[in-house]
Amino acid sequence: MHELALVQGLLESVLEQAKKHQIKKIERVKIVVGDMTSAMPESLQFAFEVLRRDTPAGEAVLEIERRPVKLTCQECHFVFRPEGLKYSCPQCVSGRTSIVEGRELFVEYFEGE
Amino acid sequence: MKVFMARDLLQTNAGMAQRNRGVFSRHNILAINLISSPGAGKTTLLEKMLDALAGEMNIAVIEGDIYTSRDAQRLEDKGVEVIQINTAGACHLDAGMIAGVLKEMPLEKLDMIVIENVGNLVCPAEFDLGEDFKISVLSVSEGSDKPAKYPLIFRQSRACIINKIDLIPYTDFQLEQVIDEIKDINGNLEIFPVSATKGDGMGAWISWIRDMQKGKSRSAGE
Repeated sequence: MHELALVQGLLESVLEQAKKHQIKKIERVKIVVGDMTSAMPESLQFAFEVLRRDTPAGEAVLEIERRPVKLTCQECHFVFRPEGLKYSCPQCVSGRTSIVEGRELFVEYFEGE
Repeated sequence: MKVFMARDLLQTNAGMAQRNRGVFSRHNILAINLISSPGAGKTTLLEKMLDALAGEMNIAVIEGDIYTSRDAQRLEDKGVEVIQINTAGACHLDAGMIAGVLKEMPLEKLDMIVIENVGNLVCPAEFDLGEDFKISVLSVSEGSDKPAKYPLIFRQSRACIINKIDLIPYTDFQLEQVIDEIKDINGNLEIFPVSATKGDGMGAWISWIRDMQKGKSRSAGE
C-alpha cells in the first residue's frame, strides 16, 4: 500500500533530473526491486501508471528488475541464496547471516529525449 | 539520452531517519519501534511495560494510528507523555512524521521513546524511523504462519515478542515450531513468549528492555 509513496518519490527525482538534462519526454524508467522488500511490482506498476499522467513521463515505460535474496554467513563467510525462508547458513548452520542482495529499491536510470 | 541515477527510493526517508537517530543519541534516549498486525496486543503490552518501568525512567510514547486516538487515551492514564500521530489513511509511520513530533517533546527529560507503529506487518518494516531497533509483536491468535508470510519484519527486528501464550491450549499454535521458523529467518533475534494480560514471560522482556536502555545511556556517557 505504500507503493504510491515510493513511486511519488521516484517520479519526483526522475522529473527533477530530466529537467536538469533538458529532457522533454521520458521514455523508460528502470528500477531495481529486491525480493526482500515489501514493494509489490504490480502495485509499483499501477502507481506509476496513475502518477505519470500529465508529466513528461506520461508515456514512459516502467521496467522493474527483481533481485533474489543473497546472504553471507557472519561466522564462516559462505555466500549463498537461501531456499525458502532458511536464512541460516547451509554450510556451518549459523543463524547469524547478513543480506548481500535482495533489499534493493532504487532507480537505476531513465531514458528520454 | 540515458541518465544513470542509482537513487534509493527511500532516500528521503533514510535521510530524515538519520537525523532522528542523531536527536535520540544526543539526548541518550533509547527509541524503539513496535510493529505488529492489528490486534496483536501492542497497546496492552505497552500498558504493562509502563506499569513496570514508568517509576524508574521517563518514557514517552508516540502513537501511530490511522484515524483514532483510542490507544493514546488508554496510555495517558499511565501518567506518561503520549503524542498521537494520525496518518490519515497511510499504512505506516515515516521518519518525517517522527521528526515533526520530536520538536514537541521534552527530550532532555526522556530516557526512552516507544513508537507504536500503525497495525500492519508489511509497510512499517520498510521505513526506518531512526529508532535504535524494531520489535515485532506476534500473537498466538493470529496463527503460526505469520513469520513465513511476512519474513521482512522478522529479519529487520532486534527482538520478537510472541504474545497471548495463555491462549495456546485453545488453538493449534505450535510455539516451538514458530520459534524455530523465526530463528531460521533471523538467528540474531531475541524471542520473548509472553502473555501481556496474565503476566507470563513479562519479567524477561522487561528486564531485557531495561538493560538495553541502560546500555544506551551508558554508551552515551563514554
